Amino acid sequence: MSMLKMKYSTLRRLTQTALLLSWSAMPGWASELNGSSPHGTNIFAPASTPARSIADLSVFVLVIAGIIFIVVFSLLVYCVAKFRGRATDAGREPAQVYGSTQIEVAWTIIPILIVVVLFLATARVIHAIQDVPEPAGAVQVIVIGHQYWWEFRYPKLGIVTANELHIPVSDPNHPTPTFLQLLSADTDHSFWVPELAGKTDLIPNHPNRMWIDPQRTGVFVGQCAQYCGTQHAKMLLRVSVDGQAEFAAWVRTQQKTALEEAGAVAGKRVFESNACMNCHTVAGTSANGRFGPDLTHLMSRTTIAAGVAENTRANLRLWIQDPSLTKPGSLMPAMKLSDADLDAVVSYMETLR
Amino acid sequence: MSANAITVSGAQIEAKPWVDELHQWLTTIDHKRLGILYILSSLMFLVFGGVEALIIRIQLMHSHSHFVSPEVFNRMFTMHGTTMIFFVAMPILFGFANYLVPLMIGARDMAFPRLNAFSFWLSFLGGLLLYFSFVGGSGLYGAGNAPDVGWWSYAPLGARAFSPGHSSDYWTLALLVSGFGSIGTAINIIATIISLRCPGMKLSRMPLLVWLNFVMAGMVLLAITPLSAAQIMLLIDRYLGGHFFDTQAGGSAVLWMHFFWIFGHPEVYVLIIPCFAFMSEIIPVFSRKPIFGYPVMVAATVCIAFVSMSVWAHHMFTIGMNSYANSFFTLTTMAVGVPTGIKIFNWIGTMWGGRILFKTPMLFSIGFLFQFLIAGLTGIMMACAPFDWQLSLSYFVVAHFHYVIVGGILFALFAAFYYWYPKMTGRMLSENLGKWHFWLFLIGFHLTFDVMHIPGLLGMPRRIYTYEPGRGWDSLNLVISIGAFIQAAAIIVFVANLILSYFKGAMAGSDPWDAWTLEWSTSSPPPAYNFVTVPTVASRRPLWDQKHPDDPDSRYE
Repeated sequence: MSMLKMKYSTLRRLTQTALLLSWSAMPGWASELNGSSPHGTNIFAPASTPARSIADLSVFVLVIAGIIFIVVFSLLVYCVAKFRGRATDAGREPAQVYGSTQIEVAWTIIPILIVVVLFLATARVIHAIQDVPEPAGAVQVIVIGHQYWWEFRYPKLGIVTANELHIPVSDPNHPTPTFLQLLSADTDHSFWVPELAGKTDLIPNHPNRMWIDPQRTGVFVGQCAQYCGTQHAKMLLRVSVDGQAEFAAWVRTQQKTALEEAGAVAGKRVFESNACMNCHTVAGTSANGRFGPDLTHLMSRTTIAAGVAENTRANLRLWIQDPSLTKPGSLMPAMKLSDADLDAVVSYMETLR
Repeated sequence: MSANAITVSGAQIEAKPWVDELHQWLTTIDHKRLGILYILSSLMFLVFGGVEALIIRIQLMHSHSHFVSPEVFNRMFTMHGTTMIFFVAMPILFGFANYLVPLMIGARDMAFPRLNAFSFWLSFLGGLLLYFSFVGGSGLYGAGNAPDVGWWSYAPLGARAFSPGHSSDYWTLALLVSGFGSIGTAINIIATIISLRCPGMKLSRMPLLVWLNFVMAGMVLLAITPLSAAQIMLLIDRYLGGHFFDTQAGGSAVLWMHFFWIFGHPEVYVLIIPCFAFMSEIIPVFSRKPIFGYPVMVAATVCIAFVSMSVWAHHMFTIGMNSYANSFFTLTTMAVGVPTGIKIFNWIGTMWGGRILFKTPMLFSIGFLFQFLIAGLTGIMMACAPFDWQLSLSYFVVAHFHYVIVGGILFALFAAFYYWYPKMTGRMLSENLGKWHFWLFLIGFHLTFDVMHIPGLLGMPRRIYTYEPGRGWDSLNLVISIGAFIQAAAIIVFVANLILSYFKGAMAGSDPWDAWTLEWSTSSPPPAYNFVTVPTVASRRPLWDQKHPDDPDSRYE
């Protein structure tokens, strides 16, 4: 068994190397892949246990499929090359063979054996990923899919945030996995960060769960995988895997309510006297809407509009002026604010750290 | 005496003006004309669906493209999928079944000729309803035109809250109406095969094409009925205050998925089994050998039909079923690969030791074998539930099912066109243009769909109208789009071949391929009554017996 395991991991590494080599050989990719911070979305570059068991199983299945392909393909090519008709055959028919029971039995039993092996290998991984009990120290997050953004609620920590999930890195010796409960506020969505785990759907009236235990820090990207409406394409997802200390610091910041800053009074008034507060929450103020993302710590996020634009003053201003310029089909309406009000609201947003 | 009368009526038809000719086509109950009508209408919808595919490919050619808006893009992939499955693949295969089944069993028509015409016009009306949504989707009020809910219309996206207006009502009605047409045709095929076989045509002597269409028709009855039921439930939800799938009132989104996929997966086999049927006729003729393992081929088909009824939830591995359900559907899905593998081996066994002639139908058949092998292997990968948690809903799955539908079904259909066109029109398709068509399409196909697997492995989900640069998807998508245009060029060559050969093709004669089944024993095109005298058969290859009286098949069966 351990022999087999060793072989799989060697095979996996070989395949990965081959895949990576062939990809980086394509023009432009190397730079695309080596780009600065966020990790890619390659399913063969797992950074968490579920994704890793899937990648291992995948390579095993790929290898078996590859062997079957080579055998059958060679048979086919040999057959086509060897038995092609020649001009000298004209009018003569080949021997008429109707079948052979022995051969039929052979090519029935061999595929059945392959299926049995593949099934057992698969069932083991299904069980290993799905039937894991939640350990006491796990981080719990409720993920709620909305058209077209993600809401993250940490029930034990009292945190609400959006689009950028923060979780602690999990040391294999002292695992701190994160268990996600998946809900939907409207249509079906699917949570997919390929380097952390396979995807699981968020379906209204049908709570799901999944878990991840990333062993590397950094930002992992993904996006909604189940078609959910007009802006399905721009429902991006970022998971920031923080070191234990950084995560604790992040939690402390997020648990605070919004600070009152002198420069933000005008903008706050605009925010609270328009419909903004019906949909958005700013903890510690009278804004407590839940249709849109919680803005209490908006500036702690690196992107806005579910990962569509960087969180800069210019992008924020453009977004608030008319969300459909950045993301046509977004459910946030253009509030038709005057330039002065717009600047004031953006300044207010910038104080929400 | 009878021959005399035929010449007279033939002369009269030629003398009639085109209005009368058109009238005859529109009111025909002849299975051959209805078959051709099915095929022609499907080719029309193929062009529509193809244009939609090209719009999708132009949009995805590079990141941040603004060729179409997200709304238009979503309509395009919804219409593309719906059109290709319901108004191209199904009806074109029904068309071939309609044309060939009675001829191959020595019958003079289908069992219920009027039901046959009714079924065709229902399917055609369904297609028109779907495309009318471009005009009528806004109806009296509401948003946009043409459905944009994906070809599964997953609940609750199809509910009125998320799909206002009438676009998805047209989608529902189109599927409902054409679904009744499909059920009518399926009943007709079954009744024809059971009751109209010529003397001597025992079940064990039926050509495999007939056997496989028999199985396909049985599957249509089992697959289309739940789909129609679900469409009616959806209409009740939308207009009569029902809550079957209305999640905002406690309905179940998962229930819709089960209804849809218990139709959706058998549907794949409804489409591929008739293509297996083409292969099982064409490969033997061009290898100059009988099919290898006829009884096993029949048994494998029936086995596929049964097992494929229990695999539907492999489309739902990501919805959070428990580990037992996931394991069960992994097992059944892998199991269906066994009889399918047996078929591939038997086709290779048929070619083995033969004298293979590389006419265009055979080229497409070899292409089919090669691509269907790969499609089957990527299918096994996705049958493996954990692997599917990564691959499902990504471009890998899109590549996989296009490998089945284009690389498998469409290649088999092209083979069937080149093989039976002479029978249908009396003229051969040009071999020269045929080879151009084959090689262009093969290159385009592989450029598009081989490469399409990779963005899936790199995390690109399906149904997105745009993507960010820097994800490693740009260059791949460009190649995919270029391949799509090469395929489009090949289709133009094909259509040109169909039209040019109709007027200028070489005369075919009754049996241009030196084949063995009954349709080649009558003239090309066959007369309205098919056979002057009802044939009698003594083996699976009646024409072989006729051509080789010294060594007939009947001696060995």
